[in-house]
Amino acid sequence: MKALLIRDLKLAFRAGGGFGLGLAFFLIVTVLVPFGVGPQSELLARIASGILWLGALLACLLSLDRLLALDWEDGTLDLLATSPLPLEAALSTKALAHWLTTGLPLVLASPVLGILLNLPGAGYFWLVISLLLGTPALSVIGIFGAALTVGVKRGGLLLSLLVLPLYVPTLIFGAEAARRGAAELDPTTPLLMLAGITAGTIAVMPFASAAALRVNLR
Amino acid sequence: MVLEVRDLSVERGGIPVLTGLSFDLAAGQALILRGPNGAGKTTLLRTLAGLQPALCGEISGTQETIAYSGHSDGLKAMLTVAENLTFWAEVFGQKGIDRAMKAYALEPLAERLAGTLSAGQKRRLGLARLLVTARPIWMLDEPTVSLDTQAVAQFAQAAQAHLMSGGAALIATHIDLGLEAQVLDVAPYRARLDAKAGASDEAFL
Repeated sequence: MKALLIRDLKLAFRAGGGFGLGLAFFLIVTVLVPFGVGPQSELLARIASGILWLGALLACLLSLDRLLALDWEDGTLDLLATSPLPLEAALSTKALAHWLTTGLPLVLASPVLGILLNLPGAGYFWLVISLLLGTPALSVIGIFGAALTVGVKRGGLLLSLLVLPLYVPTLIFGAEAARRGAAELDPTTPLLMLAGITAGTIAVMPFASAAALRVNLR
Repeated sequence: MVLEVRDLSVERGGIPVLTGLSFDLAAGQALILRGPNGAGKTTLLRTLAGLQPALCGEISGTQETIAYSGHSDGLKAMLTVAENLTFWAEVFGQKGIDRAMKAYALEPLAERLAGTLSAGQKRRLGLARLLVTARPIWMLDEPTVSLDTQAVAQFAQAAQAHLMSGGAALIATHIDLGLEAQVLDVAPYRARLDAKAGASDEAFL
């Protein structure tokens, strides 16, 4: 598992690895929103947490396409399936690598981008916490979608359609926690729900993904 | 016997391709699969490697003993030759890639990115992967594609050493490797198209 994690991280950081794609998209969305909304700082402050969450989610979605497709094309998945590493473990590791290269940078960049959106001072801490709790779910749900669509040529559209509904609960509770934090309300309930969703998906999704992938490898 | 196959039927895309296939593979033995294109050699190897379920029949010998090598080598273009090989060695819980590098004369290429190799060099790297898996049964699908005569000799030598050390090999190939091996022609086992051997729920499993 360690070998696979290290390999995936290495590949992500080398040329053409796609590291920074999600981050750049996140940056572009959050930079452009103030231009689109116009110079209304109160309005921006109100929608900031929602925009940041939406941007993070779409940035994550953008990178899912490559998650398994590249390993499928060069035959790595076949060889991994016949290796001593269980597919469940391999896919969990790949999800972890995806989170480290996509989710975590988004979490770290969000406070900086919060400034651009005039996020109220109380909101920064809760925004980071909610993203930290929520983005792992985006990666494990994403790998499930990728496993379902891995054999499909240009499966990106299908993947987005399959994965977006599964992302909705995470988005609702994540954005709500960040919004409450920014409005100086108690964000405990949505945060607990968010953590619950993440824990649940981490527990279940690797098995679902491995089952889907086994069917697709036939 | 390291591998026993009894009355095996395999399918591709819901259609039976081969039926009633039985053979044994003992330690130190190689079996060459022959048959025209589309006869089902790849499907048979994928079924034996556990990548797809058999339609019916028995395969004894666990999947944990098999090193499978298909049409593609599972190489990452942006990793070096040594990194690619080290990765697979670690996945299979092995250490040291020197023997494999040496067997296919890959040492001069060790620091090259796999993406910059020629087709034959990539294939050699793919075959070197078998040596770092330390698994007893090799299942090879057209291992000599795009290899030059020298590399074919390297492969034959590696396969011979593998057999001498108690391994076994099942190789689908069209060329003569110079190995002492039995030949299994799969053409007579071809499934008739009207043979509907179950599998109506294939799509849901």
